[in-house]
Amino acid sequence: MAEAARDLVRFLSVAGGRLVAAHKPWPRYTLDLAGWRKLAQTLADVPHWALIDLWAEPDQAHAALRDEISGAIAIASLACADRRFPALSPARPAADRLERAMRDLFGLDAEGAKDRRAWLDHGRWPVGGDHAKERYEFLPVEGEGLHVIPVGPVHAGIIEPGYFRFTASGETVVRLEQRLGFVHKGIEGLMAGRSVAEAAKFASRVSGDSAVAHSLAFARAVEAALGVEAPPRAHHLRALMAELERVANHLGDFGAILNDVSFPLMHAHCGALREKTLRAADAAFGHRLMMDRVVPGGVARDIDPAALPALRALIAELRRIMPRLAHIYDEKTSIQDRTVTTGVVSAAQVNRFAAGGFVGRAAGRGFDARKSVPYPPYDALAFDVPVLTEGDVNARVWIRIREIEQSLGLIEQIVDRLPDGKISVEIPVATGEGAALVEGFRGEVFASVKIDGQGRVVRARPRDPSWLQWPLLEAAILDNIVADFPVCNKSFNCSYSGHDL
Amino acid sequence: MLTLLARALLQGPMTEAAPEADRDGLAELARKLKGAAQARLGRSLAIREVDAGSCNGCELEIHALNNPIYDIERFGIRFVASPRHADVLLVTGPVTANMAEALERTWRATPGPKWVVATGDCAVDGGCFAGSYAVVGGVNKIVPVDLTIKGCPPRPRDILAGLLALLETVEGKR
Repeated sequence: MAEAARDLVRFLSVAGGRLVAAHKPWPRYTLDLAGWRKLAQTLADVPHWALIDLWAEPDQAHAALRDEISGAIAIASLACADRRFPALSPARPAADRLERAMRDLFGLDAEGAKDRRAWLDHGRWPVGGDHAKERYEFLPVEGEGLHVIPVGPVHAGIIEPGYFRFTASGETVVRLEQRLGFVHKGIEGLMAGRSVAEAAKFASRVSGDSAVAHSLAFARAVEAALGVEAPPRAHHLRALMAELERVANHLGDFGAILNDVSFPLMHAHCGALREKTLRAADAAFGHRLMMDRVVPGGVARDIDPAALPALRALIAELRRIMPRLAHIYDEKTSIQDRTVTTGVVSAAQVNRFAAGGFVGRAAGRGFDARKSVPYPPYDALAFDVPVLTEGDVNARVWIRIREIEQSLGLIEQIVDRLPDGKISVEIPVATGEGAALVEGFRGEVFASVKIDGQGRVVRARPRDPSWLQWPLLEAAILDNIVADFPVCNKSFNCSYSGHDL
Repeated sequence: MLTLLARALLQGPMTEAAPEADRDGLAELARKLKGAAQARLGRSLAIREVDAGSCNGCELEIHALNNPIYDIERFGIRFVASPRHADVLLVTGPVTANMAEALERTWRATPGPKWVVATGDCAVDGGCFAGSYAVVGGVNKIVPVDLTIKGCPPRPRDILAGLLALLETVEGKR
């Protein structure tokens, strides 16, 4: 293929694409059917076009793509006159569940898709589709002496619901099939038709552990759509919240992963540190999970200056204790035995699914929205993005440990140079279309929004990183023993709510 | 690791004093149970947590009860893996249509006497998700609720205060 055709933006503009001027900050092209077909074919030949998201409107399909060589992001759209569109899943397996969800929620059919089963629609909604009323058939597994272990949707721990179907040969898992959708609340439906401010409340509750990340992605998409820029102080406070969220979640995961290999001492220490982090967030912003604090236009409330000493004390304490905890983790061979070479995902797999966060960065994919698609204030702050290549549970643990260190440095820089000034700007009432990518603790959160002339949301699309990570958990557990599933699962820590919406 | 253990021993426990049992919760329980719940479980409650569609915010705060700062087990309250071992179902979320049957079956699997605690604004009445095609809108639409703990999400201290009210009630102290 000619070099020119490998450039994503050039391809879209040539492939019968019409540029939609209103869409910001990345170009959106409306393709005709032939153009979309060509896109579906070309994706198979151009592995470096990462599929960020695939979503629907009542009569349109949209795909957000990133050219991983040039870094360019673009959105391709297709008007689905007869409620069909050529499937992208043959070329991008991550599209499989996204296409099934598009059919469940908007009735758009992915032509040429292999898997025709319902995904989010379990046949229990008053407005559901007929295709979901059929009995759900799990994939067939053949072989001698295999047994099936069904788990869920109610799990044994204090975690979200989902269904896992293991097929094992003795102790070894030969297939895991996930069934999700149990916590589908209809968030996208609830956001549509609301004012931007009301819709932001739902963005904050897409996934409770990523309240800041999802609110920030939504806010930045709205700001892009309406051509407004949050003030510098707001950018810094947003990043401060995002880093506190990252530290709190990584601490929780570090402890929980080690608890799953029967090392509760670490769980106890990390639990206490997480609690202190949440209390610092509460003192600074008035909410432990910082819900509804990042809003379109800026932030909803300023930091309480009285909380600054507590924040500095927290950084000092974490800097003192974390190396000790990391050292204990590193020197215990009985723990390493459970985490090293367990639950491996390959670089090829994370690249194929464009999986981000600790799942991608533990397997050699260095994408981090803070660096790869820089946004303020990160473009002016010093930090590293740790990347490892082993792709096992151990590597995902170490990515978290290293990211905590980096986040502490970021928090310190933000606290030291917090600019004065306003914390928000007014959001105009106007039409617009926008999208945003921000880095949450779990990976990159994508948001797309379309706003009408009354300042109401026509369509809001929050895409949690879990969409691209869940399928890889099925791959990671293959050939591992059943007893290692909890630790593999915890090392991924995918969101159910963020995925089910 | 020995240094860490020694330091932990010297510093003493991080655990904080318990909150008062929630007064509103006590009143709510007295009203609902009408003195019928004098079953003596001893000073212990086994809880099965059920996420019926929450955003995971409530789960994070329920988790926190197990950390050394709240240390919920000192009250004889512990989280169990099966509804068959549980006295209490601690339910979060607006109850999605896709979870309604699982919640009901979990309730049926729980032996009596049993209590249901609806935790978080969503569990009380659907919260901000009420009215969606995909949610039933509150735990009491599916199973009888004995106690509600409000908040989005409720703080660990609030959840603890609610559970202490339940503990006092089932002990028959009030």
